[in-house]
Amino acid sequence: MDEPILSVRNLTVHYIKEDSTVRAVNGLSFDLANKETLGLVGETGAGKTTTALSIMRLIPNPPGKIIEGEILFKGEDVLRYNKHRLLRMRGRDISMIFQDPMTSLNPVLKVGDQIAEVIHIHKKLSNKEANIEAMKMLEVVGISSDRFNDYPHQFSGGMKQRVVIAISLACNPKILIADEPTTALDVTIQAQVLEMMGALKKNFDTSMILISHDLGVIAEVCNRVGIMYAGNIVEIGNLEDIYVNGFHPYTKGLFGSIPDLDSDTERLKPIEGLMPDPAHLPPGCPFYPRCPERLPECKTKLPGAVELSPGHLIRCVHAKKN
Amino acid sequence: MTDTLLEVRRLKKYFKTPNGLLHAVDDVSFSIPRGTTLGVVGESGCGKSTLGRLILHLLDLTDGSIIFDGRDITNLSKQEQKDIRQYMQMIFQDPYSSINPRMTIGEIIGEPLIIYGKCKNVAERAEKVNSLMETVGIAQRLINAYPHELDGGRRQRVGIARALALNPKFVVCDEPVSALDVSIRAQILNLMQDLQEKLGLTYIFITHDLSVVKHISDEIVVMYLGKIVEKCESKELFSTQYHPYTKALLSAIPRPKIGGRKGRIILKGEISSPINPEEKCRFFPRCVYVKEKCGQNQPELREVSRGHFVACHYHEEINGVAKGD
Repeated sequence: MDEPILSVRNLTVHYIKEDSTVRAVNGLSFDLANKETLGLVGETGAGKTTTALSIMRLIPNPPGKIIEGEILFKGEDVLRYNKHRLLRMRGRDISMIFQDPMTSLNPVLKVGDQIAEVIHIHKKLSNKEANIEAMKMLEVVGISSDRFNDYPHQFSGGMKQRVVIAISLACNPKILIADEPTTALDVTIQAQVLEMMGALKKNFDTSMILISHDLGVIAEVCNRVGIMYAGNIVEIGNLEDIYVNGFHPYTKGLFGSIPDLDSDTERLKPIEGLMPDPAHLPPGCPFYPRCPERLPECKTKLPGAVELSPGHLIRCVHAKKN
Repeated sequence: MTDTLLEVRRLKKYFKTPNGLLHAVDDVSFSIPRGTTLGVVGESGCGKSTLGRLILHLLDLTDGSIIFDGRDITNLSKQEQKDIRQYMQMIFQDPYSSINPRMTIGEIIGEPLIIYGKCKNVAERAEKVNSLMETVGIAQRLINAYPHELDGGRRQRVGIARALALNPKFVVCDEPVSALDVSIRAQILNLMQDLQEKLGLTYIFITHDLSVVKHISDEIVVMYLGKIVEKCESKELFSTQYHPYTKALLSAIPRPKIGGRKGRIILKGEISSPINPEEKCRFFPRCVYVKEKCGQNQPELREVSRGHFVACHYHEEINGVAKGD
């Protein structure tokens, strides 16, 4: 394998409030290979969005603070970038699609101008040239270029998300981070958008991080999957490692909680209990209170990552190298 | 003989808008046997929530009739509406906005009991509230807590307890698990199934998520732009679909397994406007099998095999073709 295009090392992000510290991301590490699509799955509060925002250096500070870690983009640490370099990075090297297309567009600007803005800034083209490029981008995402002068409220949710995708891909970024890009959309529209994203990713040679809580969407789009829980990746591997040979009790619990369309399960097997409060994480394994396979030692000992097979890493006491 | 609890006949609800009449629910009929669950599925704007609200008289209907437990409840006075509502309750989608943030959990669950004067004294009410909290699995220590102290799953349990306070026969569940995380969602779905068994409840379960309805419903109706396009038993729907929209909807669900989705149908375009719809099949602009008759008149819901209803002019032809590929 070549050098990964993005490498996150031991990332720790806390939100420091007056009376408590929310430990959102705790020593997270992963690599993103060139042209790969990595899925990050987890429930609310698992730290998925915080991870994405850290890579973009968009963590609101205060209260958020990147305590330690490295985010290496092509060998350079994003955390050491100055303001000027960051502006060049966002949108050109790494761009992001946000969850809610309704709020991520500016309601008082024409959609065409919003696409042209990125092109104008990063490619240093004149306004006129940028507009032509922007029209091309509209066509690429399946919107007629006649709609260049329309405002966001004139588009439906699915169309707005297409515009957002056009903006994010306009400068041909190396990495695209998509945070729940289809969660706000209806399933038939979601299918359209996912298919288009897959095709564009191929054409643009982009690596992608897809954040989702939907294991179905991930299975369709990603090559590799990381399962997140309480600010860390508890299991990461390729699709087969996770969907067929899932090892971590949380991974298994997640699959047990989703109704299967293709078989007749009478009753779901939910994971007991609740996600721990990230302001008061238990000292040992964060999954300990809910884990059906817990051992006494889990209460105090946080297991390190063990590589079960090449690329399949697990953080659980039960994972042992053979 | 099945014992029907709720029957809805030719229900219509049109909203007036500056651009014309918005057909939110257009000629919908069905009945629900006692103790069973009817799943109502569809995408945003198909009229599924309006339907739930019409049944509970939270909206006034334009036309049609509703028969509940053998009694026509279409036209009721305000007092009669209040009386009937103790038998029909609702669980709302958003556990954050559907409970009052300034009331404690105990007050929220006890409020229906006060309104309907169900308890003789404070002690009796407290006992009832306690037993409701136990039924839905909320710890007693939370009785004086405020909603902001609870997470989404627990709040939804409070919403369920409130709905059950008056021992209803019938509950409209409008996307009750959509705002919840998967692991919590499974807990709530199991709870609702247990309660149905224990209390003999009848549910209408409104959702956009087909995998959830399959799990909980006995019968399913699929809606598109205010119309029922397909109706049949839950199990049957997932093995045999006749309507092109149902086929597309099912094939569009991402499956959580490798290579899970085969022969996917990607629909063109988006849902059309429900304002002043023309006299043709509502699915006409997006349908892949479209033929001349589709643009001329609206297909009626017809029974094509036992208990399986479809509203499509060409379902025989389509399904002859579809089985081959």
